[in-house]
Amino acid sequence: MAGQPGAANPSPAIELQGISKAFGPVQANKDINLVVPKGTIHGIIGENGAGKSTLMSILYGFYRPDSGEILIGGQPIAITDSQTAIRAGIGMVFQHFKLVQNFTVLENIILGAEDGGLLRPSLSRARGELKRLANEYELQVDPDALIEDLSVGHQQRVEILKALYRQADILILDEPTGVLTPAEADHLFRILRGLRDEGKTIILITHKLREIMEITDNVSVMRRGEMVASVKTSDTSPAQLAELMVGRKVLLRVEKAPARPGAPVLEVRGLRMVDASGVERLRGIDLDIRAGEVLGIAGVAGNGQTQLLEILGGYPETGAKLEGQIKLKGQPLALAGSDARARRQAGIGHIPEDRQVEGLIMDFAAWENVAFGYHDAPEFQNGMLMNQSAIRADAAAKMQRFDVRPPNPELAAKNFSGGNQQKIVVAREVERNPDLLLIGQPTRGVDIGAIEFIHKRLIELRDAGKAVLLVSVELDEILALSDRIAVMFDGRIMGERLPHEATTADLGCLMAGVDPATTAPEDAIPPAAAHVGTLPGHTG
Amino acid sequence: MDRMPKWADVILTPLLSLLLAFAISALVIVAIGESPVEALKVMVEGALGSSYGWGFTLYYATNFIFTGLAVTVAYHAGLFNIGGEGQAAMGGLGVALVLLAVPWPHWALALPAAMVGAAVFGALWALIPAWLQAKRGSHIVITTIMFNFIAAALLNYMLVNVLRPVGSMDPASASFAASTHLPKISDMALAFGITWGKNTPANVSFFVAVIACLLVWLLIWRSRLGFEIRALGKSERGAVYAGISPVKITVIAMLISGGLAGLMAINNVMGEAERLVLNAVEGAGFIGIAVALMGRNHPVGVLLAALLFGFLYQGGGELALWTSVPRELIVVIQALVILFTGALDNMVRIPLERIFAALRRKGKA
Repeated sequence: MAGQPGAANPSPAIELQGISKAFGPVQANKDINLVVPKGTIHGIIGENGAGKSTLMSILYGFYRPDSGEILIGGQPIAITDSQTAIRAGIGMVFQHFKLVQNFTVLENIILGAEDGGLLRPSLSRARGELKRLANEYELQVDPDALIEDLSVGHQQRVEILKALYRQADILILDEPTGVLTPAEADHLFRILRGLRDEGKTIILITHKLREIMEITDNVSVMRRGEMVASVKTSDTSPAQLAELMVGRKVLLRVEKAPARPGAPVLEVRGLRMVDASGVERLRGIDLDIRAGEVLGIAGVAGNGQTQLLEILGGYPETGAKLEGQIKLKGQPLALAGSDARARRQAGIGHIPEDRQVEGLIMDFAAWENVAFGYHDAPEFQNGMLMNQSAIRADAAAKMQRFDVRPPNPELAAKNFSGGNQQKIVVAREVERNPDLLLIGQPTRGVDIGAIEFIHKRLIELRDAGKAVLLVSVELDEILALSDRIAVMFDGRIMGERLPHEATTADLGCLMAGVDPATTAPEDAIPPAAAHVGTLPGHTG
Repeated sequence: MDRMPKWADVILTPLLSLLLAFAISALVIVAIGESPVEALKVMVEGALGSSYGWGFTLYYATNFIFTGLAVTVAYHAGLFNIGGEGQAAMGGLGVALVLLAVPWPHWALALPAAMVGAAVFGALWALIPAWLQAKRGSHIVITTIMFNFIAAALLNYMLVNVLRPVGSMDPASASFAASTHLPKISDMALAFGITWGKNTPANVSFFVAVIACLLVWLLIWRSRLGFEIRALGKSERGAVYAGISPVKITVIAMLISGGLAGLMAINNVMGEAERLVLNAVEGAGFIGIAVALMGRNHPVGVLLAALLFGFLYQGGGELALWTSVPRELIVVIQALVILFTGALDNMVRIPLERIFAALRRKGKA
């Protein structure tokens, strides 16, 4: 038998040989070869649609490959379903957690792995095992807490615990840091290193080059369904990886001239908002944005950024109570009784945080989506009916200018890739030349090539003397684009920094609700504070 | 990237579903000891074999077009209006009030007025559930079905206590004046020298229904209101983001939907009975749901599906008349058609999609 334990070259944890998978005419994976040695952290990067998720789904038994072979610990294995994968020691932590919100941690852990018909023995066995795992890997979670009361970081720990409880030796994590604060991400990385040192094998799927460089031992790059490179992380650089991913050289930094701020465009004073269930979401926001500058709002998701964008966009949650003042170019805007249409007419463009739920109607054709929100514009009317040829022509031109691929206005929005969907929204809002552009998570789920393009357009808008309010949970993006950075925590602005002065650690403290200027350095970034910081919604 | 060509989606799938429904119906007919071939012959002969049969088929189809369109408009706004029955009944009340209150000199004047009466009463009957849905979140399926019963009770009261002519034992309104009687299609054919469907109820309302199909198509796919209705139906949060008021669009869509259901009354009340009787709608409101489902919520589909159900209604009547197949079997056949074309759509669609995908792969290779 090849690869005896203890031999000079022990058999790798995972070996993929010539894996191919097609969905109809789309070749999602093409002849993939991959070797992941035991006890290493292996990064897999690639743009959206490069085939990373398909490959991992094959490994976890969601799809069967059309051809090729999977070897786990040197043994060929046919992974027909996730149960087989679990038995083979593979655990998966999905990007969107698969937890039952109103179950406790313990109940979630044994779910599907109960010992028998009665729950109690399973629960008590799990409780002991959980304690052991928690101590061994810094994975402390209260076993009796309800999932819905846990922060995102803790929920993720539960997912990892679930996998370890099922005796996973190979742990696959799909974009694990997307929802975490820098402090939580650091903690996660400590956990992962600990697991690796105990001999577990970890596969990390991410699009963040910084993480790859920081934590992985080896990295594989996928592009258009193919594995284009597998290298030792220490032998490569972010620029090289980005080039491999996209297939051409990319700018990792956004090139921009210093801002030349003009007259104030948006002035927000004492903005408060209590939502329909009585939770105070915004606790007195003061903001100023001038013409020709980008104000970046950093913060962990769920600290009031969404509410701020919705209020400025003219559609606060129904039943919310609002207080405060908003002025656009010196003119007060009505807080209540307003709608998004009025805001657009006043000169506010809005690229919403969730393009699939708000920014686009996924079943509508691209041309309908390019008019969406501006469909009452006079140039789109033809008597009592809509002037479809004008709308189509307008959409085709905008899609051309924003390099939306494929440039087919008849295609439904859902048939475009994430990056091209976002380009449709950006094209629609930017081309209206708004005085103030609101943007939430402009590049969430968008591939590197499109990110570069979108960032360039936003800077162009700024340089044309427009004001931009950028909300993003990606600190790198905030640092790259903003002329000023405000950090939101629990419905407040914790502080403002200039991007060249700000450090990740400093911003991380603010994001966790700790102002380093007023707190002694030794208790900065307590993990507990980071935890509490994501919970404003559950305190009421 | 569509999974299969449009013609397969729009024509082949419902056709296969229909064939399956008929095949199982045939088995049921065999099981009760009758000949399915004979039954089919009687149905086709009775509904389509003569101008007389067509005269009834088109009459039923007219009812189903209106109620089917009503379901369609609401559907595009993401609303499931199953109150067509009550709205059509109230439309009948509107027609009766308009026609009894004014001594109309000619049907051409009476028809537009009756249409307004029918649409307004139907729309108002949909307004309360719409308002409750938009403002209070009361589910429209629940409220519209409850309003069907309220409409029935109200109509009962109106017919017995208000509209019943003095001395009459029949819970029905007085007959409408002869000057308001709508021309039957048979009369219209006769004017061209063609003898067609004598003594059949199909009347000029059929053409109104066809025009309504066209108008609904323009509304949904060509007008700004239709754009907003469809946007709301696909994504409420998207609509709000775009500045479309869900409350306003919900109410407007339901008013149009209820109005269309109410318009059915120009066919059955004004065109056929020529007075208002109890239970004039006879389930057409519910058939409208099946018609819209089968017609894929497209006016052309609704028109075709309404004709199919008109055929089933008329053919079924003939079947009960001329064979020993019990009348209830027709309900079974109709149910099977609804089941296969509506509920079990994916049973046919998914294998079809696979076949087309395989064909495409082969074509590429």
